[in-house]
Amino acid sequence: MKHGVLLHESHDDVGVAVEDLKKGSTVGALTLEGKAAGKVTLLHNVPLGHKVALRDIAKDKPVIKYGRPVGKAVADIKRGAHVHTHNVKTLRWSV
Amino acid sequence: MINPKNLKLTGYKRDNGTYGIRNHVVILPVDDISNAAANGVAALIKGTMALPHAYGRLQFGEDLELTFRTLAGTGRNANVAACIVIGIEPVWTERIVKEIRKTGKPVAGFTIERTGDLQTIANAARKAQEFVQYATELQRVPFPINKLVMSTKCGESDTTTGLSSCPTVGRVFERLERCGATMIFGETSELTGGEDIIQSRCVTPKVLAKFNYMFEDYTNLIKSQGVDLLGSQPTEGNIRGGLTTIEEKAMGNIQKIGRCKVQSALEPALEPKGPGLHFMDSSSAAAEMITLCGAGGSVVHYFPTGQGNVIGNPIVPVIKLTGNPLTVKTMREHVDVDVTGILRMEMNLDQAADHALEVLQSTINGRFTAAEALRHDEFVLTKLYRSA
Repeated sequence: MKHGVLLHESHDDVGVAVEDLKKGSTVGALTLEGKAAGKVTLLHNVPLGHKVALRDIAKDKPVIKYGRPVGKAVADIKRGAHVHTHNVKTLRWSV
Repeated sequence: MINPKNLKLTGYKRDNGTYGIRNHVVILPVDDISNAAANGVAALIKGTMALPHAYGRLQFGEDLELTFRTLAGTGRNANVAACIVIGIEPVWTERIVKEIRKTGKPVAGFTIERTGDLQTIANAARKAQEFVQYATELQRVPFPINKLVMSTKCGESDTTTGLSSCPTVGRVFERLERCGATMIFGETSELTGGEDIIQSRCVTPKVLAKFNYMFEDYTNLIKSQGVDLLGSQPTEGNIRGGLTTIEEKAMGNIQKIGRCKVQSALEPALEPKGPGLHFMDSSSAAAEMITLCGAGGSVVHYFPTGQGNVIGNPIVPVIKLTGNPLTVKTMREHVDVDVTGILRMEMNLDQAADHALEVLQSTINGRFTAAEALRHDEFVLTKLYRSA
């Protein structure tokens, strides 16, 4: 299968769409080193460069990318969902 | 894998032992009201370039010192063969002339009070003609990689910069560090969320303490305005490109320094002492940051971009790298290093770094970057606070 999502680290919660991904399609996920990280079926359209959840993330849990928290979920996020400002906020400045 | 030691680099050797990769004769106004005279000289004499800017009057304290340092540093930059300085009055003009003169390059100051614009232009133009004829006689000579001073800063970042163009620069910087080249990075507030990584790279407790002071000072400045940066960080362009939080943006940004150590924490526009990677306290606004790097002696700049920042600089060639296929498709004329193959898994980071080094070599040897060809010559002073 052609990869549609790239990850920095194999255990990251989210990956980056390498092209515009269509809702309902199933794509492979790879790490930057080319290691397979499973498949994911898209729950939403996800544009090039936007993030896709690779596992369920509960509200208030940190979101892991680059192998470390880059924000927290402000809503329950399902595997395959579009992850962006509507469901993730910074951990740093007041939200 | 390309070892930067094997690159064939040529440049203009300056009297102080530095090497320039361009050979500009700059007409440098000390203050905003001297822009007209500087432009006048540049219009008369072929091969000169005026650097008009917005400040230089009634500044005080650290803000004034930074303006002096930036203007003098710009004249001192090895890409500048010779420099004409024009100011409204002689004292501040001479201060800048004196700093530039320490490099040994030809420099002359002219002042407008008691002379007027027209006579000042005539006097300065005669000198500028002499400087151009001096500069155009200089020849490129080979120089070793450990004489290279360069900088990096990214802009209009998105998730592709963190995956591709920034780590490409990181790989190149790791190789350059091993060869004894000098590199500058900065963007103080945009390290938020990844500052622990920079802290862990500082080579001594003293460097760490200075970095921490600068980072906290910048953060406190933002807080003192009664705002946080949520409205501007990530920027609208970043968000459009898929970046969600400042810490995600910072992690992408920090990929530019690879695994390099941080040798010093420099005040803005200060020249690094010694080889390796140096942090410069700086704004993340592209034109300000690259202007500060140029004043700090950088002769060439790597600029990774995601959504397509079009920045350039009048004296420092800016090399754009992007891994975003949409940007390559829609803004082709701005891209020097296309690393979109990384997203398609057709290119790994070492191959991307090789490509970036090939473009660095040709840029150093005289090939215009996209920004140079497109006349992107943004020269912007960093203002720390209001003038008196």
